[in-house]
Amino acid sequence: MAFKETKFPANAPAAQKALGWVDDRFPLTKLWNDQWGKYYAPKNFNFWYIFGSLAMLVLVLQIVTGIFLTMHYKPDAALAFGSVEYIMREVPWGWLVRYMHSTGASAFFIIVYLHMTRGLLYGSYRKPRELIWLFGFAIFLCLMAEAFFGYLLPWGQMSYWGAQVIVNLFGAIPLIGPDLSLWIRGDYVVSDATLNRFFAFHVIAIPLVLLGLVAAHLIALHEVGSSNPDGIEVKENLGADGHPVDSIPSHPYYTVHDLFGVSVFLLIFSTVVFFAPEMGGYFLEYNNFLPGDSLKTPLHIAPTWYFTAFYSVLRATTADFMWVLMFFVAAYVVFIWLKSQLPRLVKIAIAVIALLAIVGMLPQILDAKFWGVVFFGGSVVILAFLPWLDKSPVKSIRYRPDWHKYVYAVFFISFLTLGYLGTLAPTDMRTIVSQVCTLLYFSFFLFMPWWSAMGTFKKVPDRVVFHAH
Amino acid sequence: MNFAKKLLATLALLPGLALANEGGIALDKAPDRSNNMAALQHGAKLFVNYCLNCHNASSMRYNRLKDLGLSEDQIKANLLFTGDKVGEMMTTSMKPADAKAWFGVVPPDLSVISRAKSSGAGGGGDYLYTYLRTFYKDDTRPTGWNNMVVNNVAMPHVLWELQGVQKVRMEDVADPHEPGKMTHQFAGFEQVSPGKLSKLEYDTAVADLVGYMEWMAEPAAQTRKKLGVVVVLFMTVFAFLAWRLNASFWKEVK
Repeated sequence: MAFKETKFPANAPAAQKALGWVDDRFPLTKLWNDQWGKYYAPKNFNFWYIFGSLAMLVLVLQIVTGIFLTMHYKPDAALAFGSVEYIMREVPWGWLVRYMHSTGASAFFIIVYLHMTRGLLYGSYRKPRELIWLFGFAIFLCLMAEAFFGYLLPWGQMSYWGAQVIVNLFGAIPLIGPDLSLWIRGDYVVSDATLNRFFAFHVIAIPLVLLGLVAAHLIALHEVGSSNPDGIEVKENLGADGHPVDSIPSHPYYTVHDLFGVSVFLLIFSTVVFFAPEMGGYFLEYNNFLPGDSLKTPLHIAPTWYFTAFYSVLRATTADFMWVLMFFVAAYVVFIWLKSQLPRLVKIAIAVIALLAIVGMLPQILDAKFWGVVFFGGSVVILAFLPWLDKSPVKSIRYRPDWHKYVYAVFFISFLTLGYLGTLAPTDMRTIVSQVCTLLYFSFFLFMPWWSAMGTFKKVPDRVVFHAH
Repeated sequence: MNFAKKLLATLALLPGLALANEGGIALDKAPDRSNNMAALQHGAKLFVNYCLNCHNASSMRYNRLKDLGLSEDQIKANLLFTGDKVGEMMTTSMKPADAKAWFGVVPPDLSVISRAKSSGAGGGGDYLYTYLRTFYKDDTRPTGWNNMVVNNVAMPHVLWELQGVQKVRMEDVADPHEPGKMTHQFAGFEQVSPGKLSKLEYDTAVADLVGYMEWMAEPAAQTRKKLGVVVVLFMTVFAFLAWRLNASFWKEVK
């Protein structure tokens, strides 16, 4: 195709001519319009819809503060701890950059959990948005890995021992476990070798993957269009101009809307950074102000707060609990046989796999530590299956039967309880509560194909519910 | 609304699960010295004279003491050992190998010890304040000293000349957990011989030292808070303006 140069009148402003020059060679204006300027989004977004934008903001914040930290941090076991204190004391504004990065990490997880909650409430993962959810799930995994690798870098007591515990979990995998742990660590214990490679993962490997996944996440979103709190597909109702009647262009409406959301976030963020950066020991652990010592095991090794829910599932999987889990697996298979419409062959396959699993759960075969890791991983991975577990005829919680709200409430309370118990040392009572919450957590997903379709659903309106401002 | 209330009520019951029992003695509250330059300077003097003989504070540069209102000449004249330079870090001349041989453990670095010792029982300052005032005479220990906060501590009572020598008084009381039995319980300290300072003077001196250690753990703390007031104020105004700007645009949306 021949190159067509856009002609401007001689007295056109320089900026317009410059933009025209670029647009002839690179789809800059088109990119702006397609991705934001003229990207039409439903007009009934509520509070829950700010967290996607906030997640992007915090990602940028972490990268920028991270770059400045990397200028002064030393990824060497003997120098790391001291270099962080050097940044806090000697580097001009180093303390601010450090606190923004540590607070940003916790803020990232708060935002991402709330972002996922929005997905759960409004069925944002339903067809045709399953791929957005899957990319999001991959982002969540990368985020957890990024946080895990980053946490070793200050080389405090919690950094060192947290890494030691989690890498040792890989040792529970039968046959390949110990070699796998050795390969990950680069040494027989967490050491300088581990620190160097975790630094590489944290600073460049995972951030690159994260950026790619975020791009994919947004491309998938823009391909099908955003959902909304009513779960209505707005593209089914187009106006004379070709755009959905219930949508508005993101610019200026969501530019200014998100600006407000961002300003409230930054207000809360600044309050924490300047007045409570340690957040009672949850954002900056007290024990991490002691240099990592391979000869001194802390009394209480706990992961950072954002991992504690899944950590609780790991700790709940005791030898005694294995018998409960075996019964649960058997009961679930019976339930599937009686209540599902799966083909007979699939049901048989499920029964065989379940039988193998139950045999594997016997104390003589694979011990509880291995199954703890399995359920620990399972509690995260089960999120990915949500689009295919939810059989509700409506997308949004607004039009589900009222009692579904209680099911969601039980799930959220179980998750929060698991998270809370994960910050505390285990006792007999707490272990039992964790075990109950673990069963409730998994039941929410495993029985969803049935309960999500039960009850009297409300009529979904044709137009979105919008209250004029 | 009713549902949300029920959810909140259920969540409110969760802390009952904590039933935390951290163990150890209750910590005394360290008096706040964060705005008292004279006290912090006194604390610096005590720190350099009593602590740096065995401990390092290797992230703390001597000339950072200028933030406490001291000039470099004052630091050089009063707070430096011979051979140290004002631009160097606060390190001890005791070799780690010697410390291990004499005490069984290398004395920990004190740069951020105040932040490290925070817990549910109290702040790091509270921990240090209680620790430095609860040493007592114990002839069963190699140093002749024991401590209420860190049982069988390897550190001797460095400030004994100031506090004097105290010993614990134990008494037998009825065991609250097992009826009919008696338990041996701590019933306070008893001064065996006086120190250079009275009890109140000693407590004040230790508060100054602890205040210094809290400052040393995060020298930027006061800057952080002062700047924070300006930032949060600005962000409040900005958020308010963004809110009204948003409202003005969205009035057009039907």
